[in-house]
Amino acid sequence: MGEHILGTDFSFVLHINRGAGAFVCGEGSALTASIEGERGMPRTKPPRTVEQGLFAKPTVLNNVETYANVPMIIENGAKWYLGIGTKNSPGTKAFALTGSVNNTGLIEVPMGTSLGEVIFSIGGGVKNNGQFKAVQIGGPSGGCLVESDFDLPLDFDSLKKRGAMIGSGGLVVMDDKTCMVEVARFFMNFTQNESCGKCVPCREGTKRMLEILERIVSGKGKSEDLDLLEELGDAITNTALCGLGKSAALPVLSTLKNFREEYVAHIEKRCPAGNCEKLLHYVIDKDLCKGCSKCARNCPVEAISGVIKSPYTIDQEKCIKCGACKSSCPFKAIYIE
Amino acid sequence: MEYMTIDSMCVPIEGEKNVLSIIRKAGIDLPTFCYHSELSICGACRICVVEDDKGKIFASCSKKPRPGMIIKTNSLRVQKYRKLIMELLLSSHCRDCTTCHKNGTCTLQKLAYRIGVDAVRFTNNKPREPIDNSSSCIVRDPNKCILCGDCVRTCEEVQGIGAIDFAFRGSQMKVMPAFNKLIGDTDCVGCGQCRVVCPTGAITIKLDEDRVWQAIEDSNVRVIAQVAPAVRIAIGDGFGLPKGINAMGKLATALRRMGFDKVFDTSFGADLTVLEESKELIERLQQEENLPLFTSCCPGWVKYCEEHYPEYRKNISSCRFPQGMFSAVLKDYYQQKDQEDGKKTFVVSIMPCTAKKAEILRPDYQTKGKQDTDAVITTMEVERMIRRAAIDFANLEEEALDIPFGLVSDGGVIFGVTGGVTEAVLRKIIYEQGEDKKALEEIKFSGIRGLEGVKEAKVNLNGREIKIAVVQGLLEARKLIEDLKAGKRNYDFVEVMTCKRGCVMGGGQPTPAGARTRALRMEALYKVDKGLQVRTSAENPLVNLVYQELSKEKKHQLLHTSH
Repeated sequence: MGEHILGTDFSFVLHINRGAGAFVCGEGSALTASIEGERGMPRTKPPRTVEQGLFAKPTVLNNVETYANVPMIIENGAKWYLGIGTKNSPGTKAFALTGSVNNTGLIEVPMGTSLGEVIFSIGGGVKNNGQFKAVQIGGPSGGCLVESDFDLPLDFDSLKKRGAMIGSGGLVVMDDKTCMVEVARFFMNFTQNESCGKCVPCREGTKRMLEILERIVSGKGKSEDLDLLEELGDAITNTALCGLGKSAALPVLSTLKNFREEYVAHIEKRCPAGNCEKLLHYVIDKDLCKGCSKCARNCPVEAISGVIKSPYTIDQEKCIKCGACKSSCPFKAIYIE
Repeated sequence: MEYMTIDSMCVPIEGEKNVLSIIRKAGIDLPTFCYHSELSICGACRICVVEDDKGKIFASCSKKPRPGMIIKTNSLRVQKYRKLIMELLLSSHCRDCTTCHKNGTCTLQKLAYRIGVDAVRFTNNKPREPIDNSSSCIVRDPNKCILCGDCVRTCEEVQGIGAIDFAFRGSQMKVMPAFNKLIGDTDCVGCGQCRVVCPTGAITIKLDEDRVWQAIEDSNVRVIAQVAPAVRIAIGDGFGLPKGINAMGKLATALRRMGFDKVFDTSFGADLTVLEESKELIERLQQEENLPLFTSCCPGWVKYCEEHYPEYRKNISSCRFPQGMFSAVLKDYYQQKDQEDGKKTFVVSIMPCTAKKAEILRPDYQTKGKQDTDAVITTMEVERMIRRAAIDFANLEEEALDIPFGLVSDGGVIFGVTGGVTEAVLRKIIYEQGEDKKALEEIKFSGIRGLEGVKEAKVNLNGREIKIAVVQGLLEARKLIEDLKAGKRNYDFVEVMTCKRGCVMGGGQPTPAGARTRALRMEALYKVDKGLQVRTSAENPLVNLVYQELSKEKKHQLLHTSH
């Protein structure tokens, strides 16, 4: 800001330190370690960063959004600020609306605004008149909320009670074409990649959870997998060293809670949302098929068989789901289920 | 008095820094991997988790105790979590225990058994890493590493070297030297302290037993053993003897049974070192040159100084370390006999130290182009040899060492503990001044015994005050040298031991060695010290005999070296 600001004795220099992009370096003690040139790994607390933070000095460490609130509170007074939002979550929150919603972008609303108002009044509802399925809130470690949560006020306590968290304020709206199991796998893949590796539950536990989810979405899930996911998720959430680990299992656990039937379907080798490639079945409609054999001739793995002028069938074991048959059928007799 | 409740027991809080220490004080041996009372708190393994009365789970190693805290160390939830964490660790670990060096002494094995893991539901799909055999002192097997970080913290916080650290992220994380160099190509000094703290077989001692067995088998080879002070009080650990017991007598028996021709005591060499080094100190004091005099008996320290502070090489004593002196004297002594018998003398040093394995390969520890010491084997390797020979160590009868090199003074014996070299040299100097027994006793309390990183003392020598420092751990050595360079401190004599507590906790000593064992080993050497008949090296008649018989040239050739 300069030396002797406004002619006073007060000088202030602002350094902007660029990180290398590791997600875990958003954690307070990992952030200070990274700035100091050390490996970006969180450390145990005590001592807290407020006592011993950057360069072992007492440090004020907050998100940019938090700091952005400060000048307004100083200018307009605490009473003014407390008048916005809820009792335990005063002020406003920025949310990032994305996904299958009509109005995407950054919004700022008073804390306590209901989920429904955000998605429908401000967000303009689900894109392309789709059917609302879920909204993932809080970033890659966040849980998901469903239709029955439309009245839920968006504040810290209400979300915590519901098994989710505000986190960074990300809101990813999902419609009925979204496969919730794939969503869980996607976020677990991200978290696993970003895990620093220091503590056992996060490093090894998220790896194993990801392995299970990958098996499930590729049709190799076993019935005991769901209980195992819950067992791992519970242990990681309770024993991990830092916030990344503690919330890593949240997407999985909350989708399991709200959409368990979708997981079960995957174990039965079906993807209800029609999304997971390996679980898609290409089927020939007996009523529409003229038995011309064009599909069989186009199939690269000879998975289709039959007698000319009679309906053909696809061998699901051999099918590699390339879709060549569907695109070559002149009678549109092949569909995906 | 403030209290907290642990498993319904009321336990006082007496200044402990973490809940784990209080739990252990209460007699609960809570399992841990990454916790080490002398290193920084890590909190990585999460095995030490406990539950409080509000259902909150936390790691006890990193939680400050609060009066009124109520915790359970073995609630059903904690049991479940501990078992799962253990299962996760085992799932990424090579489980070929039957062929592993650490079979029987591995902490992972021990805790898996105690925690009661009965199934591992995940497969180990990590790619196989090559074993790093490049060092003469230690072997690294990354496939057995559980990433607890104890080795990293030891090398960084105790030695200030940091030859190994974590690399990569998440489940790809590995412990390795920078840029995946081989450990032999780094500034690792071979102290083996990483191996001492490693809970698994990821870091082990480089074995030299096979060469010794071969020498024993060859009837044309005269195999001579010299045993270091620190070995005798730790060799019994692996055979059920109480910790800190002096098992030298049984060891002599065992070595002879295995086929060694002669068993001598390295303390004899230590006595020689004391004679030479005290002379050197007096000379340097008179000439006021190359002060402070740094001791040279610790190979880890010598390597460190040569690499990082070459300008202080001239300050290191030119005396060979005891083992080196003794091997040279032995080879010289047996030269004529060898010619008569048509045999070859093969000297085996039995040491608590892994760094010595590299030391004996140095050109300045050779005479006429041949190594003075042919092999160094550690306490752990002797243990293995004894087992292979099916000797019932605990029930062996004790035998005496061979003459002439079996009579030692206690000055030589205490070399194995921090402050020991200094004390031995001081005893000699004071003895020569004609001081009485009382003066000798007082050295004990001069401040050179104990656990502090740096211990200082002042001694009066012929009216001149000598300033002494005794340093443990290379980080403390570095700080001292930096202060010397900056003129902030100065000394006349500095003893440096790489391993904290001295050779009793050397890289080749039996592990695991908890706080109690470490204290017992130190005490044990002082006990041996008290029990010997000869109080100072200068009074050892056999040492004096050898010393006088050596001509001046031979003295220099055999007893000194350059750094």
